[in-house]
Amino acid sequence: MTLPSLNAILAHARIEARFVVRHADFLLDVDLDLPGRGVTGLFGHSGSGKTTCLRCMAGLVTPDSGYLRVNGEVWLDSDAGIALPTHKRPLGYVFQEPSLFPHLSVLRNLQFGQKRVPASEHRVQLEQATELLGIDHLLARMPASLSGGERQRVGIARALLTSPQLLLMDEPLAALDLKRKREILPYLERLHDELDIPVIYVSHSPEEMARLADHLVVLDAGRVIASGPIADTVSRLDLPAARTDEASVVVAGTASAFDAVYGLLTVQLPAATSTLRLVHGAIPMGQSVRVAVKARDVSLSTGDQDNGSILNRLPVSVLEVAAAEHPNHVMVRLDADGTMLLARITRYSSDRLALAPGMRVWAQIKAASLLA
Amino acid sequence: MPLTSADFAAIWLTLELASLTTLILLLVGTPIAWWLARTESRMKGPIGAIVALPLVLPPTVIGFYLLVTMGPHGPVGKFTQSIGLGTLPFTFAGLVVGSVFYSLPFVVQPLQNAFEAIGKRPLEAAATLRASPWDTFVSVVLPLARPGFVTAGILGFAHTVGEFGVVLMIGGNIPGKTRVVSVQIFDHVEALEYAQAHWLAGGMVVFSFLILLGLYSSRRAVAPAI
Repeated sequence: MTLPSLNAILAHARIEARFVVRHADFLLDVDLDLPGRGVTGLFGHSGSGKTTCLRCMAGLVTPDSGYLRVNGEVWLDSDAGIALPTHKRPLGYVFQEPSLFPHLSVLRNLQFGQKRVPASEHRVQLEQATELLGIDHLLARMPASLSGGERQRVGIARALLTSPQLLLMDEPLAALDLKRKREILPYLERLHDELDIPVIYVSHSPEEMARLADHLVVLDAGRVIASGPIADTVSRLDLPAARTDEASVVVAGTASAFDAVYGLLTVQLPAATSTLRLVHGAIPMGQSVRVAVKARDVSLSTGDQDNGSILNRLPVSVLEVAAAEHPNHVMVRLDADGTMLLARITRYSSDRLALAPGMRVWAQIKAASLLA
Repeated sequence: MPLTSADFAAIWLTLELASLTTLILLLVGTPIAWWLARTESRMKGPIGAIVALPLVLPPTVIGFYLLVTMGPHGPVGKFTQSIGLGTLPFTFAGLVVGSVFYSLPFVVQPLQNAFEAIGKRPLEAAATLRASPWDTFVSVVLPLARPGFVTAGILGFAHTVGEFGVVLMIGGNIPGKTRVVSVQIFDHVEALEYAQAHWLAGGMVVFSFLILLGLYSSRRAVAPAI
């Protein structure tokens, strides 16, 4: 048996999806070509068609016409009359509500999918999944006695235990309060880092997208209005995500220095001269990291004010000024030597500084957080 | 001993009829109830109405049409004769057929309610966990609908025990073959044997009350609001 070349594998590692779904008052018409690894975020407002799109991938909705190929295998081709039923698609699905079987214990819920997959195809073991999601101690319990966050973690582990070739997650955190969200997000980040399973993640939360997604698809009224790597799409002001209070950008860099006395980590940005410093534990130097910067944590000034408490000041040029969600705020897109930033400032300040495309200003970054 | 051997024969026959009818109804009623609970077909209304007809029709009407259909000149009668079974009226088999029609809604409706209460989500979850539709039905739907099955079984059984009009129309009054308790009571009253009638009728009251008491006190079964 000859090994396929790396290029052949990479060429296959794609998810191609085309769906047309017509309802009386709704049309979904998407044509996606997504990376076959990492996390792809499907982002949009409610009614944008993101959940319908995900359900088409799972076979829970049969589109009027469609095509779906996941890493080389055709799951749906309506022209050729191919449509694998849901139970024959090697996928995992996490619903918005955990949807555990109420008559089965946590352990038997976890085993439900696992025992229906041939043992030779098991790539995720029970201990691995329960440890990853921190549910080892819950195995004997019944779903009714679990908290919402615990139930959703069991739901995620249950989906993982089918050793899926594609994991579909439909707003897995939406039904949870902020505290439970915070409780689950680290587990999702570990999932991303430790398991090599491509994930399609539906959400309307820019924060979840910034933390989890590598690739972002923005849907609006049943159409794809943007699709690309997260850093490129998340800062685009023509997209609704970039105008909300939660708007943030993700900056890629490498850990370049650590100050043990103050616990400050220096992250080198792609441009040779720019760095960000933030409070964080020590990590290996040279490691690639992603830093989330919220638009509302970035302020602008015309000069470099080094007499304040703000650690991170970058010289930037203004690319674009656009209206924010709130009418008295504006969103400013900035270029820090190739790194995109967003700043949300008041309309008053924007007028006072007379911001215009091409202008050189200083961005002051009040807070930045390292993503997993 | 207040009960005669004829009374005991009637009781035994009634239990036999009710058990067999309930078994058949659970087998026949489950797919009908499943279809009614899941379908988006325009036939859902008409089929649902037909299943519910025995709730409102006088038993004599059901009995009359069954008699005509299963009789020597009816379509079913011609068919049963052609395959060498003879005709069904005035036989135990005929009573079973009549009882199945008569008690159908009492089994289908609790099952349909139970299936509808489960909703689509557990079925979808099972499908994403590699369970085929049949596998899902056995491993998810049946356990979740168990209270519905308990209710359906009890109501189907109890309602068949209480059957009178249909039996009289298609079964007549043949001792040991078609004479069930309700008919036996009728005979006792006709013959002015009120003491005998009391024993059987009182027994029916106690039996029915106990069954309904069990049904309405149970947290596992779903008591219908009929």
